Amino acid sequence: MQIDKDLVAASAMPLVLAILAEGESYGYAILKRVRELSDGELEWTDGMLYPLLHRLHRLGYVTGEWRTPPEGRRRRYYAVTDKGHAALAEHKRQWVAVTRALRDAWGSDVLPYAFGRA
Amino acid sequence: MEQLESQIAEWRSYVRRSPAVDGHDVDELEAHLRDQIADLGQGGLAADEAFLVAVKRMGGFDDLSREFAREHSGRLWKQLVLSDPGEQHLDSRWPEALMFAVGAAVAVQIARLVAGFPAQEPSWLARNASLLVLPFVAGYFALRRHLPVRQWLLTAAPFVAAAVVINLYPYREDASTELLVAVHLPVALWFVVAYPYIGGVVRSHARRMDFVRFTGEWFIYYVLIGLGGMVLAGLTAGILTPTGVDPERIFEWVMPSGAAGAVVVAAWLVESKQRVVENMAPVLTMIFTPLFAVMLVGAAVVYAVTGLGGAFDRELLSVFDALMVVVLGLVLYGMSARDASHLPGWMDRIQLVAVVSALLLDLMVLGAMVARIGDLGFTPNRTVALGLNLVLLVNLAGAAWLSARFLTGRTTFHRLEHWQTTYLPVFALWATTVVVVLPPLFAFA
Repeated sequence: MQIDKDLVAASAMPLVLAILAEGESYGYAILKRVRELSDGELEWTDGMLYPLLHRLHRLGYVTGEWRTPPEGRRRRYYAVTDKGHAALAEHKRQWVAVTRALRDAWGSDVLPYAFGRA
Repeated sequence: MEQLESQIAEWRSYVRRSPAVDGHDVDELEAHLRDQIADLGQGGLAADEAFLVAVKRMGGFDDLSREFAREHSGRLWKQLVLSDPGEQHLDSRWPEALMFAVGAAVAVQIARLVAGFPAQEPSWLARNASLLVLPFVAGYFALRRHLPVRQWLLTAAPFVAAAVVINLYPYREDASTELLVAVHLPVALWFVVAYPYIGGVVRSHARRMDFVRFTGEWFIYYVLIGLGGMVLAGLTAGILTPTGVDPERIFEWVMPSGAAGAVVVAAWLVESKQRVVENMAPVLTMIFTPLFAVMLVGAAVVYAVTGLGGAFDRELLSVFDALMVVVLGLVLYGMSARDASHLPGWMDRIQLVAVVSALLLDLMVLGAMVARIGDLGFTPNRTVALGLNLVLLVNLAGAAWLSARFLTGRTTFHRLEHWQTTYLPVFALWATTVVVVLPPLFAFA
């Protein structure tokens, strides 16, 4: 299944924020986590993640810090700020509203558990 | 392995070619590429195969640079005019600029002839000087940005309005409001030039910042051209003296035209030779910010120790206005020369020291001034000096506050830029107020 480009773009920011909310991370690991979470169905062009991360940085949602971990290469690590947490919460509210509307419209057999508890 | 390294190096230099991607971005992308290659290698791919797959997954160069450009438009302005490969294209556009420069130069002369120069030099000439020159700069940018007719009209309207307002006001003989208008009108009209410069996208903070940068670079070029002109004039005078021709007679005609034409030429230079000055603004900031910081701290200490003694000048506030303008200029220069994604460094600290000292100094003077303003009375000059001082004070106080928060990691540099770009209309509004409201307020005296 190929997920629509607009949908991928719309979900990118909340997804990255949510992954970073699990703990600080760097670009490549974030992308791996995206594939893991979506069972490989969300396919991003790798390079596109970075302008997004820089945008989050500019908005003050994440901090970015260059670090070289022991026995690793030099990478830029991103971590969510308080503002980022607030933005994530807001994204969640909006997505829950959208999915709830879709679920009600389509009947409960589709989207059986998505965002049910959020 | 060696082959892989050279492939990566080649890829690096290729990606680096995009004006929107800077060195740190390439580092970041390279780290990603290497992670990907290592993972693919563990999955059994050979190094060169892994490299190809990793590069493919990174995405097409054009898409990538477009995405980076959208996020980092600030980096892109430098290349706006160089987006067409090959610089010949650029140089072929100089006649356009020359046309407008000559237009400005001729307009000044026509006005002088109408005024009856050299026999007379009425004061309306000085009052209208900027109206004779800046429309040509605005027109140049309107043409350059291919503005639609509606935006041409929107650009022209303020000039017409300004011409009407300043020429219908019945100024008295030697009115100080008239002098103030002559000084503030260029500032107000400069913001009108901003409209075509940013292509009419007034709400875009990134575009506004571009205009701030443009203003700074334009100023550097204008000063340089002015210095060159002075050398030329000095030599001309030296050469002409033995012939008995009075060089003054020549200068009084040539210099005003030169000064007017140079306004357009400097704007054209900023547009086309961006890369050259780009290296100059950071250097100037590096040299002068620490020097000003030392001077301001010293002055603040002296003022605090000795107080504002008997030498308290009634027009001291104007000196401090000039000081604040210079400090603001340094702040803006530093801002335009700085990469927003970098962490706070020692230059940011020095700049904060300079700004805070200037603020303290200004508050001391302002305090003394406000306390005495009752005895001194509100003259037009004093009113404008006080108003400008408050406008600058608020700006720098905001800048200092945000800068302190930025240094302690509680806000981003973009917030600082945003403050300055949001504040720009205040300056425009203030200059316009002085031009439009002040003269009637003081009965055109």
